[in-house]
Amino acid sequence: MIIKARSISKGTGSGRLLVSEAPISFLSGVDPASGIIIEEGHPLQGVCIKDTVLAFPFGKGSTVGSYIIYALRRNNVAPAALINAEAEVIIAVGAIMAGIPMIDNLEGGFSQLQTGMAATVDGDAGELRLEDPADS
Amino acid sequence: MELDRSDEEVLAGEYGETRRICMEILVALGKVYGAERLIPVSSVQVAGASYKTIGDPGLEWLQNLDARAVVPAFLNPIGMPRDDWRKMKIDEGFAEKQQEILDAYRRLGISLSCTCTPYYHQLVHYGDHLAWSESSAVSYANSVIGARTNREGGPSALASALIGKTPEFGLHIVGNRIPDLVIEVDDPDATKQWGSAEYGALGYLAGKEAGNRIPCFRAIRPNRDRLKSLGAAMAASGAVALYHVEDITPEARVPFFKKSFTLDQKETVTIPVADVNALFTEIEVNAVAVGCPHLSEDELRTLAGLLSGKKVKKEFFVFASKEMIDEHHDLVGTIEKSGASVYPDTCMVVSPATDTLGSVMTNSGKAFTYLPTMCGVLPRLGTIEECVRVATE
Repeated sequence: MIIKARSISKGTGSGRLLVSEAPISFLSGVDPASGIIIEEGHPLQGVCIKDTVLAFPFGKGSTVGSYIIYALRRNNVAPAALINAEAEVIIAVGAIMAGIPMIDNLEGGFSQLQTGMAATVDGDAGELRLEDPADS
Repeated sequence: MELDRSDEEVLAGEYGETRRICMEILVALGKVYGAERLIPVSSVQVAGASYKTIGDPGLEWLQNLDARAVVPAFLNPIGMPRDDWRKMKIDEGFAEKQQEILDAYRRLGISLSCTCTPYYHQLVHYGDHLAWSESSAVSYANSVIGARTNREGGPSALASALIGKTPEFGLHIVGNRIPDLVIEVDDPDATKQWGSAEYGALGYLAGKEAGNRIPCFRAIRPNRDRLKSLGAAMAASGAVALYHVEDITPEARVPFFKKSFTLDQKETVTIPVADVNALFTEIEVNAVAVGCPHLSEDELRTLAGLLSGKKVKKEFFVFASKEMIDEHHDLVGTIEKSGASVYPDTCMVVSPATDTLGSVMTNSGKAFTYLPTMCGVLPRLGTIEECVRVATE
């Protein structure tokens, strides 16, 4: 299944979808050394985002968060790709700094995404490819 | 977004990987905010300069970039005075990292001015398009000078420095600069006696009311230094990037703006003078710090006059740009004779030296907002005269 989206950061990345219903703050919300979400009370607290296709509504918190996304990539614990419902500057800039493919504004909305689906984000074409469950 | 041919070539990587990434950042910003094109900027002010804020990830990102600024670009304050860091008791490890950040910016062609008041040393004109990031400088450029800039993040400002352009959205568009609300004080007569500290206190309260909206003040008559203090505080306690003061700030006097809105129909917030006064407390403090934002020539002269012939009994920090200090050695000499220390390049908020002080008195509404959250310090607000009295008594 191919879902049209808006391209934010170029490149292609594949992995299992990890969907967060809550926004994510990268500064003090994600450990840059391990890629584990550490924000107290976050629905994904304790979950590692390494190599996932990480989908969340939008970013929050300090603009220093862009540098943390870059640090995740340097430490090899970054997500393979990012999906936002509506991109904002901290995440968009961080994704580009780190060279992580990113899209937003999915056709049909954000709610069709489910954790565990095999997904490929194509940041050049601006689309999300979800593996058909019947094929897997 | 519509890109011209040279923009497309940069985006395709024909001018190197660094410029490609920078262009991608500007295009993404344009998409997020619905810009239709990129426009040239006449100068850039880059935040993200203190090791205390950007840390190792920021340093590493800077070190991996390879291009030079194509428009005048200057740096925000760093975490220490670059030459005199030992005097400020900065530890060696921090100083080393901070120096590496400076070296990285120098290599990128960014002027190491390290000040939050670049407008004292750079010509900035009404109507100029800028990409500035320091929130108080953004407020001053937009409101007091009538130039046009959004509040940029560190990486997006740097991208603008290396490309020379910014996406056209937000405050670059004249129609987005008209006020959203009116702010009045309940006793305008009382404001005639106000100095910068009271205007900072007003800004602290007004910023919370305004959030990220554009306020227009009525019936106050602050001078430039007081406007600086008012705007800096509103940018800290709220996210105010532009404000107007009726009959005072440049855009509020232009016929286009006067015709484009009627203040009487706007939401009006009235701030009681009593609330402003209530922010001035009498708590015991360990140190005094002034120069947030960095001092103007007039402020430096006033302070020199107040400290002349006195001795400070508490640590007294004074912050100004290196250029301002170099131009006024006589005033700086008078201030330092009292035992106060005048530091360039840094400030009370971004330097780790403030973190251990416990409680600090300041005349800045901006510092009053940030000292608790960014430095873990209990702040006390006072006028410049009270600051000197508390330090010398």
